[in-house]
Amino acid sequence: MISSTDSTGGQKASEDTPRWALSDYEDFLPSEVQESIWADQFLLFVEKLSVSFDGFKAVDIPCFGIKHGELRVIIGPNGAGKTTFCDLVSGKTRPSTGQVHYDGQNITQRDESDIALMGIGRKFQTPTVFDSLTTYENLLLALPGNQSWRKNLFSKETEEEKAEIERVLQKVHLWEHRDLTAKSLSHGKRQWLAISALLISKPKLLLVDEPAAGLTDLETEQTADLLLELGKDHTLVVIEHDMDFVRRLGQKVTVLNEGKVLAEGSLEEMERNEEVMEAYLGR
Amino acid sequence: MKAIVPKTESVVSLLILASVGFFVLPICYFFGWLSIGDLNMIGRYMTFAILAIGLDLLWGYVGILSLCQCTFFCLGAYAMGMHLAHHGGPEGIIDANGWKIPACLFVVYPLEVGESSSDALVPVFWKPFWNLPLTILLGLAIPACVSFVLGYFVFRSRVRGVYFAILSQAIAVAGWLVFCRNDVKLCGTNGLTRFDVIAPAASLTTLHPEDAKDQWIESHGADMSKDLNGDGQLDQLDYSMADVGFSLSEPSVQLFLYFLTLSCLFGSFFLCKRIVNSRLGRVLIAIRDDETTLHFFGYKPYVYKIFAFCVAAALAGLAGMLFIPQMKIVTPSNMEAVRSVLVVVWVAVGGRGTLRGAILGALTVNLLYNYLTSEHDYGFFSWSPDYWQIFLGIAFVVVVLYLPDGLIGLVDKLRSKLSLLMVRGEPEKK
Repeated sequence: MISSTDSTGGQKASEDTPRWALSDYEDFLPSEVQESIWADQFLLFVEKLSVSFDGFKAVDIPCFGIKHGELRVIIGPNGAGKTTFCDLVSGKTRPSTGQVHYDGQNITQRDESDIALMGIGRKFQTPTVFDSLTTYENLLLALPGNQSWRKNLFSKETEEEKAEIERVLQKVHLWEHRDLTAKSLSHGKRQWLAISALLISKPKLLLVDEPAAGLTDLETEQTADLLLELGKDHTLVVIEHDMDFVRRLGQKVTVLNEGKVLAEGSLEEMERNEEVMEAYLGR
Repeated sequence: MKAIVPKTESVVSLLILASVGFFVLPICYFFGWLSIGDLNMIGRYMTFAILAIGLDLLWGYVGILSLCQCTFFCLGAYAMGMHLAHHGGPEGIIDANGWKIPACLFVVYPLEVGESSSDALVPVFWKPFWNLPLTILLGLAIPACVSFVLGYFVFRSRVRGVYFAILSQAIAVAGWLVFCRNDVKLCGTNGLTRFDVIAPAASLTTLHPEDAKDQWIESHGADMSKDLNGDGQLDQLDYSMADVGFSLSEPSVQLFLYFLTLSCLFGSFFLCKRIVNSRLGRVLIAIRDDETTLHFFGYKPYVYKIFAFCVAAALAGLAGMLFIPQMKIVTPSNMEAVRSVLVVVWVAVGGRGTLRGAILGALTVNLLYNYLTSEHDYGFFSWSPDYWQIFLGIAFVVVVLYLPDGLIGLVDKLRSKLSLLMVRGEPEKK
């Protein structure tokens, strides 16, 4: 019964005036205009993107884009499809319909390692580090340009790469833990290790999924500062639950609900938006 | 907490193994405390250790539980077996193509209805194994290629964990069924046997027995006194009786094979150590820890998994090739599914993910097997060989429950306790 009301609701919504029209890329579909035009403006652009799991539409986004150099925060209640959106972009999940364009290329059917090599970095909800490896080795694997097996078998890290690892580890205060296995680090340090592994791989677009989950207040602040600093020379998509954290970032916010883009704007605008509040608090 | 074993410890255990293998055991043999049969047996167990090292690379480091390592072992073993059978025993006939049919194949040759034994032909796929260097190459390459094809399809489609284990077990059973069939011309359940000599001169230089015969006639002269079987002509049968190479029943040859196996064991160990310590080794461990995440680092884990699988298979092939001249028979029972599971038991008992542990486990379990499958009378209690299975079962449970790091873990634990005691002891003296 619930699913039937859901599906009719979904149909109605698609017949309504599309909600994404409130963003600044309205009527801007890459299939209708030259790809180069949108590629100039947007680093990432998705079109008619949808995915369903056993009939449940987890993500259904007609049109959504991230501009070059932007730091975008995506918020939304549980099950809104935030992580699924990241999965779709990074290639972990194949969309049912629609396309993902990145840096002027259609990456919808690429596999996740190719997408990663093209410069989309991903940090997962839980800190994904390699437990049995040391902090240093974790970053060693993340270094760009060493992903082929032959290089890995025969070459060692260069002095420059060593220096780069040291620089990044110093920055996140993990240098003194470089020889510890990742298993023995605290949760916060593991989060930072995951972020620094992302940093060292020099991606063009970073997808950061709940960086502040399970961190202490101090660590949360430091993480926000780190992300803001990153935002200066990277394009970032940050998914977050923690409103204080989002406020601290102070960037443009997109609200997802039930797989759809509900609203976009500053956090203050969102807090005034009744629809958004309703989605968050329940009706 | 540092979970890394200090380097000195692994050097010490290697030194112990090397000195026992290269000096203590041979010295025992020269003084007559060990028979050549014992040494030969230890040599065979060392080939199992090579097999175990390969599995440890695969299971301990990459987390791939392969239950078909003995299939690869037998691919190597059959390669060497075919070579030895070519040069073994004067029985048999010369077929229409001028090849002497190996004795073991001749007796069970699957003749069609209406064919007589003179219609038997040496199968085409037997022929490359006439030559020893080619045999060694093929003994390594065939398991590696089979594992490559298998790995390419299986790992690319991301079959992993327990599903891969089940699949590999099915492959082991399938391989066993194929080798059991007599009409694949690999001697069926009888297996390859009747091995006499290794490395006769002709096997090193020629690709065809006729060439070998011609060479022999050229160097020995074509006088009829060389007609050893008295059939009035100089043919391959005469040659095969004359060119004896090194007899496999000669103690000195067996001693040589023992040293060769020991060297190969160390070679395999250092090869795997080299792989594990390289950056590629870190990637392998990362696959074990979290394969999914590794994709997002831009790696293609299946490439690395295929690599490790091929190395393990080639090592298994090497082990098989060394095993056969020391065992002098290879049958499909060597590749029964349960044999591959036993390799897992050796590695688990020795300690996963250490390489040293695999050697220790393979040797310990097999030496125990050798001891406990014979009758012993202790006066108050007599041990029956039937108890072995029970013992193995209990040992496996004990290791899983109480020794997750295996024997090597136990050794390391005792060592660190001992060194702690010594450190504590020192200040008291002062």
